[in-house]
This record gives sequence, C-alpha cells and structure tokens, in this order.
Amino acid sequence: MAVTVKTFASASEAAGALSSDRSARYLGGGTLVMRALNEGDVAISTVVRASDQALTRIDASGPRITLGAGVTFARVLAERDLGFLHAPARSIGGPAVRNMGTVGGNLFAPSPYGDFTVALLALDATVAVAGGFGSRDIPIEEFLQARERQAGTLVLSVSCTRPANSEAFRYRKIARIKPKGGSVITLAAHLPISGGRIAGARIALGSMAPTQIRARAAERTLEGRSLDAATITAAASAVTEGTSPSDNALGSAWYRREIVGVHLRRLLSGQE
Amino acid sequence: MLELRKDIFADERDDNLKEIGKGTQRQDMLGHVTGTSSYFNDHKLQGMLHLKVVRSTQAHARIRRIDTTDAERSAGVRRIIRGTDVPVNLNTLLSLINFGKDDEPSLAVDKVRYKGEPILAIVADSEREAFEAIAKVKVDYEPLPAVFDVEDALKPGAPVVNETYPKNAFVYHDVYDHQRLRFGDADAALASADHVLEQRYQMSPIEHAPTETNGAIAAPDTNGRYVVYTSTQALFFSVDTCAKILDVPSNTFHFIGGTVGGGFGGKVDTLTEPLAILGAMLTGRPVRYVFGREEEMQYGPPRGAERIYIKDGVMRDGRIVARKIHAYFDSGAYTRLSSYAAVKCAAHLPGPYTIPNVYGDVYCVFTNRTPATAMRGFGVTAMDFAIECQMDKLANLVGMDPMEFRILNAYRDGDMKAHRREAKNTALIECVQVAAEKAKWPIREEFKRASSRKDGGGSRAAIPPTPTDSSRTRAAAPAQQRTSYDRLPPTVTREPPRDPPPPAPPPAPPRPAGPSHGATRFSSVFGTRRR
Amino acid sequence: MPTTPLQFRHNGRDVAIFVDGGTNLLVALRELIGDMTPKFGCGQGGCGACSVLVDGELHLSCLTLAETVAGRSIETLDGMKQGPNLHPLQRAFADNFAAQCGYCTPGMLMAAKALLDRNPAPTRDEVIEAISGNICRCTGYEPIINAILAAASGRVSA
Repeated sequence: MAVTVKTFASASEAAGALSSDRSARYLGGGTLVMRALNEGDVAISTVVRASDQALTRIDASGPRITLGAGVTFARVLAERDLGFLHAPARSIGGPAVRNMGTVGGNLFAPSPYGDFTVALLALDATVAVAGGFGSRDIPIEEFLQARERQAGTLVLSVSCTRPANSEAFRYRKIARIKPKGGSVITLAAHLPISGGRIAGARIALGSMAPTQIRARAAERTLEGRSLDAATITAAASAVTEGTSPSDNALGSAWYRREIVGVHLRRLLSGQE
Repeated sequence: MLELRKDIFADERDDNLKEIGKGTQRQDMLGHVTGTSSYFNDHKLQGMLHLKVVRSTQAHARIRRIDTTDAERSAGVRRIIRGTDVPVNLNTLLSLINFGKDDEPSLAVDKVRYKGEPILAIVADSEREAFEAIAKVKVDYEPLPAVFDVEDALKPGAPVVNETYPKNAFVYHDVYDHQRLRFGDADAALASADHVLEQRYQMSPIEHAPTETNGAIAAPDTNGRYVVYTSTQALFFSVDTCAKILDVPSNTFHFIGGTVGGGFGGKVDTLTEPLAILGAMLTGRPVRYVFGREEEMQYGPPRGAERIYIKDGVMRDGRIVARKIHAYFDSGAYTRLSSYAAVKCAAHLPGPYTIPNVYGDVYCVFTNRTPATAMRGFGVTAMDFAIECQMDKLANLVGMDPMEFRILNAYRDGDMKAHRREAKNTALIECVQVAAEKAKWPIREEFKRASSRKDGGGSRAAIPPTPTDSSRTRAAAPAQQRTSYDRLPPTVTREPPRDPPPPAPPPAPPRPAGPSHGATRFSSVFGTRRR
Repeated sequence: MPTTPLQFRHNGRDVAIFVDGGTNLLVALRELIGDMTPKFGCGQGGCGACSVLVDGELHLSCLTLAETVAGRSIETLDGMKQGPNLHPLQRAFADNFAAQCGYCTPGMLMAAKALLDRNPAPTRDEVIEAISGNICRCTGYEPIINAILAAASGRVSA
C-alpha cells in the first residue's frame, strides 16, 4: 500500500489529522520522515503536511523571539537579528540539509542529531504545540522528556528570550568530520550575569542521553558564582552527573563521558 | 633532495615514454562531469520488480520455522524466494580457484550465523510493498550461544559458528588451521636479547562506505539469457559465481558493469547478483536488488577485524634479533576472502626489516560477526599498523631515534627475507631518508649515508637453522637452504602459483626431498611475484 | 497505479507526471522522467549524491517529497551544459581531475553551482563549506575544491 499524503491549508487541520492517525507523521523539511520512508519504515502510512504561512514565520524583532516550526536553518542564518542562533544553525548538515531541515523537526531528531534543540534547551525555550484539543505551550525540557509520546502532536513554533549578550550564550558541537559531521557531543550554556554573579545558569547537552538533557549538577556549581577557574573546574567535574550516553559509530559512551568535561571547560573559559 | 624514481630506480624506468609520467585525461571524465556515465542503477526497465531480503535479527540461531503466510498475501508481492529455491545454496567465493570449501548459503536455511544474514528474498512491485511484506514474515529462532572474539572462538568448547569449519578456523591445504612462518630460532633469540617487548594490537572492522551501494538489476533477455547490470568490482568473477549458484552455464549471463560508484574492495562478494537473477528467472520480469544505506553499512562486508600480538627481542645497539607474531583475522561467519588475507599477512612478516629470527602464526577465524572481505591492501594494513607502532616503541626502549632505528633494521638488497627469498629493489632506507628530509627531522650523518644497496647480503643472506615445531604431527622438513628461485628467468617466476600444492621448486640447486615446509607456502593465491 | 498528478519545471522544460504518495523527488526524476544524473547514495541526507536545485536552492532530492515541488523549478546536472558546450564548472572539474568514480560528481557540481550562482567569487573556505554536505568517498576533495575555485576565477580550458 502506498503512502497517503494529506496536505492542509491550516496547521490546526493538520494537527487534527495527525492526532487521529497513529500511522501519520508530519512532514517538515523531510530530513526525518523521508529518511524513514526511504529506509522502509512501514509504520508510517500517512504523511501530513500544512501549507500554513504561520509555520514559517520568524519574529525576531523584540527581546523574545519566535520561530515557526517550519523555519529552516538557512533562514535562521539569513536573519541578522538571530545572530545568537547562527552557531547552532551553521553546525547542522551541509547547505542542502540547512535549506530543508526545520527548527520544529530538529526537536524530534534523535541522537546524534538535534543540535539546534540543544541550544533551545539551554535557552529555556517554549514549544507551542497543537494537538487534537487546541494548542498549548510546553517548556522545552518537558517536551523533550515526553518526546516519545509527541508523535501525534504538531509543533507550531518555538520561542525563547534573547540572551543579554554574546558572552551569555555559548555553543559548541564536537564532530569528527570537519567542517560537518554528526555530533559526538553538543554543548550549549546560557549564563546570565547579575551583579558579576551567574544567576539562572542552564547547560544543555546533546548525545549524552537518549534526548537532549540539562546538566543540572554543573548548573548548580555555577549558580551565584563568578566564572572563575575554580567554578569552571567544579562545573566540568560535575557535568557527567545524570548523563546516560550510549555507544554509536561516532563515539563510545565512555569516550563521551571522558570528553564532556573537557569541552565544558573550554566552552566556559572561552577557549576555541 | 633524493628523488627515488630517478636516483634509485633510474635503471628501471625510461623517462622518455609517451604516456607514463605524463598527465592524461581519464577516458570516463566527460561522462562523469555530464552525469552520463552509466552505473548499474541507471537503467530503467519496463515492468521492473524490486527485491528486498529478510535479514536475521539474531547473531547465531537455529531457524525453527519461517511463516510467510501473511507476507504471501501482502499487496504487490510477486514471489518469495527461500533457500530451497536456490539451485546451489552453498558457495565460497574462492571455490572458483579451488581455494576453500563451500560454506555460505545465499539464503540461510537451518541456521543463521550473523545478525543481518539473508533468510528470504521478497520480490514485489515496489520497494514499499517489499518492505511491507518483510514486516509480515515471522521467523521463529532458537538462539544459540554466539562468539564475537577471535581468541574466544579458538578456545575448546567455543560455539561452532560454521559447521564447514568446526574448529572456527579456516583450514589450509586440508591440514593446517593457520598460516605459519618459521625462520631461525625466535625463542632462543628472545631469551638472549637485551630487551623483550610484547604488545597487543587490534583493529576494528572498517566499512568501505561506497557512495553507490551494492546492487544489481537482472532482466530476462532473448534465447533464455539474462542481462545483468551490476555494481561489481569483479565482473567475471561474479559471472562465474552466479553460474555456480544458479547451476547454469556462465554464458547464460550477459553482465554489464565497469562503472562502479566506489568499491574499495567492498563490491567483490557477489552479494546481490545471484538473488536478482533468480528473481528474474522465477518471475520472468526484470528484478532490481539494491542495498539501502543501512544495509550497506551494517551488513555489507567490511575489512575484517584483526588482533595481533608482537613479541620482539632487541639489542642495546638497536638491532632487532627476533620477532614473534600471533595474528588473528576475524573472517566473520563465512570465509569470503579472509582466508587469502591471512596468507598475504603471513607473506608480509616481519615487515620490511631484516630480522634473523622470525616466527609467525596467522589464523583466519570464524565468529558470529558480519563476514569480512577485501579492502585496500587487506591482510597487510593492520599488521603494518602494529609493526610500525612496535618499531616506535622499540626505538624508545633502546633510546634511539625512530627514523634511525628503522634505517638500522631496514632490509637491504641481497638480504634473506623470512620467506627465504632474496630482498631486491629495496628502498625503505631511502624512503625514510626522504621522509626525514621533508619533515625536517634530523638524522645523523651515518644514517643519511646508509643505502639499500650497501651492506646487504653476506651473512644477512644466510638462512639460519630453523627448529621445527615438535607439536606438529606433519612431517618436518629439514631447514631449507637458500634456493635460486629468485634468479629464475622471468617466464618461470611469473607463472601463477598453484594452490595447493605450493609452487613447484625450481630444478636447481638441489633441494631437500620431502614435502615443503608449511612456512614457505606464502605465495599469494592470485598474484604473481614481483621480479 | 500512481495517482497524484504533478507538474514542475525540469531544467527549463515543463513536465507532467503521476506519482505515488510517498515518492521522493529522486525517484520521480530518475524513474519517471528518466533523468539519471542525480544519484542514490544514502536516502538519509548524509551523502549529497542526489543534490538538485529547487528554485535555485540546493536540496536533497531523496529527502524531498515529490509532490512538494509542484510548480517549482528543478535543476539537475542534466541541464547544466550550455547547448553543446560544457558549463565552466564541468570543464574545471575535468581539467582538475575532480572526479574518480564519478558517483558524487553530479551532486558536487550542483552544490558548486548553487554556490557560484549566489557567490561568484568565493573564498576557499566558502567552497569547502558549500560542498560540506557532499561526500566524495574516493576522497578527492582537493581537486574538487581547486576545480570550483578555478571555475569561479575563469581558469578553465576552452
């Protein structure tokens, strides 16, 4: 049986179609759903699309930015006001993947992918989703924890507060292939400074658990401190707490645990 | 700076040739840049069907039952092919040159021996329909203990991977469970060496990752023949393998290949052609069988894993006096070409160095891993990695510069190699000198002056007394004297080696009677020796 | 039977075909239109062998649902020649020996064209970035980079 493609004019209709059919997947940029079909995933028999302009809208003018789920990484890179998200967007794929892959799809990309989501997790983004019963906002952390059960929901947009300055948000992706490759580990840190002290630190890690996670123990070591050598050392030694990386072709779980502290140290100390 | 081709090999090359040494355009370049080069999959055939295989989910299991009831009723399914449908469902690639026993089915029948082994082939109108039918096949497995480590596989009581080789080791010449090289008395030399260094090296399997995956399209042609478009790197080899498996004369096939989207050794195993042709025979329609990317990476044959132990004896002055090697090739569940890789490896010992006492045991071992195959210099790559790591460690041990250490131990023209062949046209010393110069690596004057053409031969040309292994039951040949094999006219030395037995000894000088010592059976299975 | 009608421009010509639901653009181009220049390498966005231009933007045809290109303009290597003459990129690839097995070449050329159409004088780093989604497993990247730079600067044979 061939796959059925359903295209809707509005996101809410697409959301309805998605939530009522267990074999349906929403097609964003195609890098996940088409890949699954190409590899013979027969669990997908319906592909849902929406031509809703709202899904591709970017609102980057104010202190809180919103990206439609269908916004591609190429468009993020073309938007000068989104400079703080350029490093994570540029770290994904080659140009073709960035022309296709979307912010919303990245939320579902399994390890070793999903780098943009690591950045969004550190930025405490909010995910707007539409299910069978209307739309609601979910904190990204909660969204990721329940990602397995999100297949029937349609992501409409993500939004986050713009970091105060370039020092306050940092991103680092470790790949074996230069300039592009799947993530060995990915790190992002949001370090708001208040009166010379870090207040509300968030560190997010990719490829260190089945989904992107926060390094809460490392965040605690930063809280209320200035970013000095002793603090960085404490954060680096705490960063593996709560992680559960796995082995894959890009690196072993052991290797990931060994290097994550090294790279967090470099990230926090501003080393290249 | 020294230029090897001019300064060392000047007498062997003519710089006034019309083509060699000159840039010339590839004949296929125009096709490549216009996208008109024709790969196997660039053929659109009317009514083409698609073949996909059901692969084992188990590394080692008995197949109790295969239920295809639902799959047969699945939309678009034209034919389900089982092992019993394959005319000759047991083959080994090198059987075409009488090397090794048939040990691998095209489709598993009673047992699976690696995760991903093909069990059924499903021919359907579309790939999607083939995938849907695959999801409906139920295979009832009885899991068996599996072995994934080469040394564990050789232990008594290890699970038998492949019943054709019950000891989990390939058998050479119907007798030997490994390749063996003996030259001098390594144990005695190790006992009297100033330093002994024993190390373990290991290499994981390496996937070739060609951009074009393995595949073939077979279509019925006139006069009962079949035209086959294939990605193979070994077209004639593939023709004969298919003729054997399908039990028809090889002129049944018209194979078209030659333009391969990257091979690197990973497209010599004839994995897709037999089933594509069988599909075409059974349905009367063109059938395509092409690996997906996951299939290529997971179940396409890799360069096999190897484990290597090296124990070297070295003197304070830097001379290596003994090298003892145990190497294990992980062939995976079936032989494919690893049997030959082990032969090549044994022929490569002890590396490009003159060492008076060499001992090598090289095993081709079966495990429940994906069968391994050829890849760029296979048999030699991991061993060279191990040997060169070892050389650095030895240099460090005796406090020598690693470049100078290599020059000191390098083979030179006239030296006797461990295989009882005289070293000729050697150039390792010059290679090291050029490398040092280019890397601005300082080496001392005496090492800059060293030459492959000086100071070789003489006592270094002698074949040392070589004790025989008492543990072996086979007739022990006396220590061999140097033969004049190397000096035979080219027409004789170029003769392809027969296997078995090893190459016929040259008529003169007199040679000890009796069977040749196993350790001299290093000749390559296919190749000809360098003059 | 394929049931979904689909029309788009293919290398400057209008084409009309019927596709199955779920058919990707690579299959549509190769098996329905007969343009064999885009290649299947991975089906998952890892190799770039299937790269084509969609309205001038580099896309992976294997990850593009065919019906999403309705009304759009698709360029493939098949349309790169300018009449009987090779495109400067094609000549530069040949001049620089920038193809070995040739399988990645169609995708490389489209990635290079996407770059030069937008940025006629790229730096070496920009060239590397532009082909970073295209794998040459024969590992001939240096000649490929040199070829693209040569084409950009007009250093190609007649």
